[in-house]
Amino acid sequence: MELHIFVQQLLNGIILGSIYGLIAIGYSMVYGIIGMINFAHGDIYMISTYLTAIFIAIFSILLKAIGLDINFLILFFTLIFTVFITAVYGYSIEKVAYKPLRGAARLSLLISAIGMSLILQNYVQISQGADNKTAPNLIDGIIKFNLDSNPLHFVQISQVQLLIIIISFITMFVLYNLVHKTSIGRMMRATAEDRIMANILGINSNKTISFVFIVGATAAAIAGFLVSINYGSFDFYIGFVTGIKAFTAAVLGGIGSLPGAMLGGLILGLAESLFSGFINTDYKDVFAFALLILILIFKPTGLLGKPEVEKV
Amino acid sequence: MNKNILDIFKNSLLVLILSLCIFVPITGFVLDDYEIILNLKPAITLPIICFLSYILFSFLKIYFHKFYNKLAHRRQLLETENKKHLQNSKNHKLRNFILSLIFILFLIMPFVIQKYWLTVMILALIYVLLGLGLNIVVGYAGLLDLGFVAFYAVGAYGYALGSQYLGLTFWEALPFCALLAALFGAILGFPVLKMHGDYLAIVTLGFGEIIRLVLNNWASFTHGPNGVKAMRPDLFNLEFSRYAKHGGVPFHEYFNIPYSSSYKYIFIYLVLLAVVTFMIFFVNKLKNMPLGRAWEALREDEIAARSLGIYHVTTKLSAFSMGAFFGGLGGVFFAAYQGFINPSSFTFLESALILAIVVLGGLGSILGVIISAFIFTLLPEILRDFSSYRILILGIIMVLMMIVRPRGLITIKRPIY
Repeated sequence: MELHIFVQQLLNGIILGSIYGLIAIGYSMVYGIIGMINFAHGDIYMISTYLTAIFIAIFSILLKAIGLDINFLILFFTLIFTVFITAVYGYSIEKVAYKPLRGAARLSLLISAIGMSLILQNYVQISQGADNKTAPNLIDGIIKFNLDSNPLHFVQISQVQLLIIIISFITMFVLYNLVHKTSIGRMMRATAEDRIMANILGINSNKTISFVFIVGATAAAIAGFLVSINYGSFDFYIGFVTGIKAFTAAVLGGIGSLPGAMLGGLILGLAESLFSGFINTDYKDVFAFALLILILIFKPTGLLGKPEVEKV
Repeated sequence: MNKNILDIFKNSLLVLILSLCIFVPITGFVLDDYEIILNLKPAITLPIICFLSYILFSFLKIYFHKFYNKLAHRRQLLETENKKHLQNSKNHKLRNFILSLIFILFLIMPFVIQKYWLTVMILALIYVLLGLGLNIVVGYAGLLDLGFVAFYAVGAYGYALGSQYLGLTFWEALPFCALLAALFGAILGFPVLKMHGDYLAIVTLGFGEIIRLVLNNWASFTHGPNGVKAMRPDLFNLEFSRYAKHGGVPFHEYFNIPYSSSYKYIFIYLVLLAVVTFMIFFVNKLKNMPLGRAWEALREDEIAARSLGIYHVTTKLSAFSMGAFFGGLGGVFFAAYQGFINPSSFTFLESALILAIVVLGGLGSILGVIISAFIFTLLPEILRDFSSYRILILGIIMVLMMIVRPRGLITIKRPIY
């Protein structure tokens, strides 16, 4: 094992991990507040990758028409619109598929979520076609640096990847402060703790839950945007595997905990990229799933989660 | 009243705006490389449909509110009356007559219908088997298994690879692979004993995906995505091929009848029908046996059941392996009927489909599962034109059922002991 390969894999792991972390936030917050696995969350992320490519195409035409086709502006508008539309998706899905089931058995909620996930996948497949889609690469430029005197032993990171790390850390910072420092965050935590009590104290728990879905979708939209401009290739099925992995990250960090989701995402990203770099690429998904099973069996509360007391 | 109408209009405007946001970008602009193709007609019609149907439903809801209440009241009255009736009358004779009539109908069917519909019927019966198996795990024991397709895959691959490496015949494979799948069920069951609810669902999902990925990637053993050929089934060494390949005699030569490719399907259908019929009786009896009651007790309240002396380990493991046994059987039939299998038949979607069958039928209801298995396999064949909407309809059914009738088409009545 050579040092520069190791460092390169670490970097790839951090990039992958920040994406997982962003998606994991949605799983973690929703689980924290209504105790369900939002199975459709991975597909919300998938939709945001499509939206990114669509808005890039739209805005490059529109901005060219007024003579302002600067890549930065295109990406900026794309990000805003992608986040907005994805948030609408998150809000509407909650209203349509989960709100009528408030108070129903957990099993019903999960089945409804699986149904919603199938609906979203098939909807995108029907309207956009089943083939792979691509998004243009608007930011090029690679930063290389050497670790020793040999010029072949370099580590490289593209500007997009640098952007991924920066944006995801900013997002996580903002979300952390949103949950822990603002009044809406306090309402969210109160509702998560005890919904009926929060209602009694004058918190509109329905609105709070909607807001949680919007925040989760926003984080997923940012992840989808970053993936779309980095890898540039996606299909209607990516939400499933990425969603499961992000859920793994959320559980690993301790479901319901926001810093846990970020930490879990980073650990999973690093583990996966080191595994595929040094052991086997074919089995990297098997590795992630096996990790998920092992965590759920041996430490279901995760690294930063609170232990759940079983009540009679 | 006026305030209500104002509210409806406000909400319907919100629905219009939200649905415009949802449908216009994804449906209206179709990606084609780096270009986009405009497709605005459906993108505008869909939100308008949402808008109008929202208004329609809200008005219906207001005007039928009183009517609804009356209906609900009457239904309650009817139900209490029905309960009295159920305890008094036992229409066993009529029921048995109808059941045997249906069985005879199914028995004659393969000789009457076309080969294409015969294959569809085989598939439907396979799904009945799978649905019955998952019904044990989800319906009776209340353990949500999202990786049921793994056992199906174990059965199918067990037959295909077993015939390739060990020379297993169809009749040997049938019990062997089903038991193998049951073993897998127990292996999966062990680590998840402590879990319930959502975590259990995710672990089983992970297990199902691992099995599929291993089948896909372990190319030296399973031939990977290229798939494996499964041996044709035989009846006492009589083969259903035109010429004998495995040292036996072809079926049609032995009986001196002209060769037809549908013999194989008729044979599989009849064996499958026998197995399914037996299993239906078996599950029906199982429900009222101590094991079946222990499953229900654990489902309803684990702590209470355990404190009453039900040993949760064996009870849960038996549910898992019993369900997996059905899955394995289904897999063997699937491999024999297809003649060729590859990992793409065992994706999560298949698990979701089987779950949808059980959920639509009504958790725990045998008749419901059978009916919905037929609905889910026959409907796509009848509505060939809508085949690309199949999964969409599946998803909509799952969501709607959970909202409108969470207990399924046929709600089971609790037996009174």
